[in-house]
Amino acid sequence: MSALSETPKESFRLRMLLYDTRYRAITIQIVALMGFMLFAAWLINNMLTNLAELGKPLGFGFLTETSGYDINQSLIEYTSQSSHLRAAFIGLMNTLIVAVLGCALATVVGLLIGILRLSKNWIVARLMTIWIEGFRNVPVLLWIVFFMAVLIETLPAPSAFRGDDPDATMNLFGSIAVTNRGVYIPEPLFASGLGDIPVLGGLFYVSADLIVLLLSLFAGLLVSGLIRNRADRIQEATGDRPRTWHWRILSVFAPPLIVLWMLGFHLGYPELKGFNFGGGIHMRNSLIALWLALGLYTSAFVAEIVRAGIESVSKGQTEAAFALGLRPNRTMNLVILPQALRVIIPPLISQYLNLTKNSSLAIAVGYMDITGTLGGITMNQTGRELECVLLLMMCYLAISLTVSMVMNWYNNSVKLKER
Amino acid sequence: MKKSVFLGALTVAGLAAGAASAATLDDVKAKGFLQCGVTTGLTGFAAPDANGEWEGFDVGVCRAVAAAIFGDPTAVKFTPTTGKTRFTALASGEIDMLARNTTWTFTRDVDLKFEFTGINYYDGQGFMVPKELGVTSAKELDGATVCIQTGTTTELNLADYFRANNMSYEPVPIETNSEAQQQYLANACDVYTTDRSGLAATRATFENPADHVILPETISKEPLGPLVRHGDHEWGDVVRWVLNALIIAEEKGVTSANVDELAKGTDNPEINRLLGTEGSYGEILGLDAAWAVNAIKAGGNYGELFEKHIGENTPIGLARGLNAQWTDGGLLYAPPFR
Repeated sequence: MSALSETPKESFRLRMLLYDTRYRAITIQIVALMGFMLFAAWLINNMLTNLAELGKPLGFGFLTETSGYDINQSLIEYTSQSSHLRAAFIGLMNTLIVAVLGCALATVVGLLIGILRLSKNWIVARLMTIWIEGFRNVPVLLWIVFFMAVLIETLPAPSAFRGDDPDATMNLFGSIAVTNRGVYIPEPLFASGLGDIPVLGGLFYVSADLIVLLLSLFAGLLVSGLIRNRADRIQEATGDRPRTWHWRILSVFAPPLIVLWMLGFHLGYPELKGFNFGGGIHMRNSLIALWLALGLYTSAFVAEIVRAGIESVSKGQTEAAFALGLRPNRTMNLVILPQALRVIIPPLISQYLNLTKNSSLAIAVGYMDITGTLGGITMNQTGRELECVLLLMMCYLAISLTVSMVMNWYNNSVKLKER
Repeated sequence: MKKSVFLGALTVAGLAAGAASAATLDDVKAKGFLQCGVTTGLTGFAAPDANGEWEGFDVGVCRAVAAAIFGDPTAVKFTPTTGKTRFTALASGEIDMLARNTTWTFTRDVDLKFEFTGINYYDGQGFMVPKELGVTSAKELDGATVCIQTGTTTELNLADYFRANNMSYEPVPIETNSEAQQQYLANACDVYTTDRSGLAATRATFENPADHVILPETISKEPLGPLVRHGDHEWGDVVRWVLNALIIAEEKGVTSANVDELAKGTDNPEINRLLGTEGSYGEILGLDAAWAVNAIKAGGNYGELFEKHIGENTPIGLARGLNAQWTDGGLLYAPPFR
């Protein structure tokens, strides 16, 4: 035993790094890491040298130059005199708009289809199977182009609404115009609006009316919560729960309605003006086609995830709930879904990320997302391919990581708490 | 070279390198064919015919260059490019030259590092509208929805024109000419704008071309020409002088029909120099003596190419206008061949 206790005292020699099994693994890892870093450095150096040789040194100064082109859909003010950076920002917002709309549609439709697919009604279940297999087995690009073609070819042009006996009329009491250039819906207008508030030194403007409206809605929700807490306290103390639902509805809806009335709220209806409809909110064909295609395509995957999640909860749980006397929909809401969500959320995150990344196919229908502005026109007009693609990759990475972070946080809050 | 090949493989889409090669002419000779970038399809300028063979005015320039190098106008492969992909394709070395009705501008020449080797069509941007709209001038287009190809100079001209005239418009960006055609014919846009020659070519493919008018305004100068990468002057010279040879040939009356006859020798020294019976101009260019003869035989001289593909007797029906020889009041003026 004495021989064993002496070995650690043996002084460290350099060759032990290679021959001593205790150190060899670490040595190899460090050498490999250094090799990899050298390789990466060589590649980057190589790229910079070649770019310099081409006369195109890496630089981002072009972002502050005038863009020179117009973008049809922009939430904040943009003209052809704005900078490339602003154009990229408009594109980023357009990407986010379609991603959020698409995720919402995919979730709602996917949840519905997924649950209906488990229906005991044979026809309903089969129809849902057809929906799922149809959407998920055709490339999403084809769906985008298909929806766009349908919108363009089948809907009437704005000129068809003109004249005494027009070929097409507006829907819903003359408030919505569905044309092959998009859908025009009424817009909210304020007769005595509060104007706009400049944000970040006038970089863009936010409607003060919207902020006031949101604040009043928030205040209403707060009051409603207080009423509920009071009802809870009374119930705990006396066993009787006071009737509060009418007070709660009033507290949620009254403040925003009063604010709307004070601001002079009215609807601006779209009407024919020159070549197109004027007034109202214009939802362009490109946005609608992209939204429907991305949302419905992804809904097929979401449906399968929901079905798998529900089926993963063992049948014994349902039977136990029934044995306790719970009705079927309460069983679903209180027993099955909370357990199914643990299985559903992680793959749902990837579907949201997929949808966001798939939105880069927008250029197929001329939707000006960030790939269309920064990675399309800006790249083409300035010839800064590498810089634009790097920025583009960083943007998508940032969006995806944010979505992933939020969803992981939600997943942590619903997952099984193990002790 | 090894360095840049490796990088080319790694930077996706061949962004940066691969292009450093200086001797394009040697590369082209070594691989045995010319790789030429053209449009994805614009009747009259570059479009595949019923047999899948590319033909058109721009294609004619590619074929003439191939004929000058190899003596064979079919030794050329075509890469269809969109307004967006064309420059990346050329800069990355995917194509040897680009003949895709591309406008010669300062930025493209200086900043994007390309070399325009001449002008094969003097054009300008115009607007096409359906006749039933009753529009007679571009000044009446306030509020119109305009179909526009992205990644083109026309996109910038359009923004400038409407801003200068204090008018608003709704741009509908599209990728290729055929998409524009689909949207325009379905009335999803009121106006289609691009180079006037492109409008005429597009209109020629419509079922009822007479139902559409091209408005009188020309809102820009669009000198279109073939281009190559910056930095390889020998290659640039080859493309430049093949185009010039076609123009000089028309000026001097050398056609595909009489070029063999004239190549035996004439009493006009400039024709003799061009056709290789006097001096050694082909050799100076790095080609054989019959380069110009082959280039002219490929599809004819400039005038023949024009008449065959886009001239007044074709469905496109473009008049020579600015593209007539300087002797006929046009702008075509090739430098002297000596």
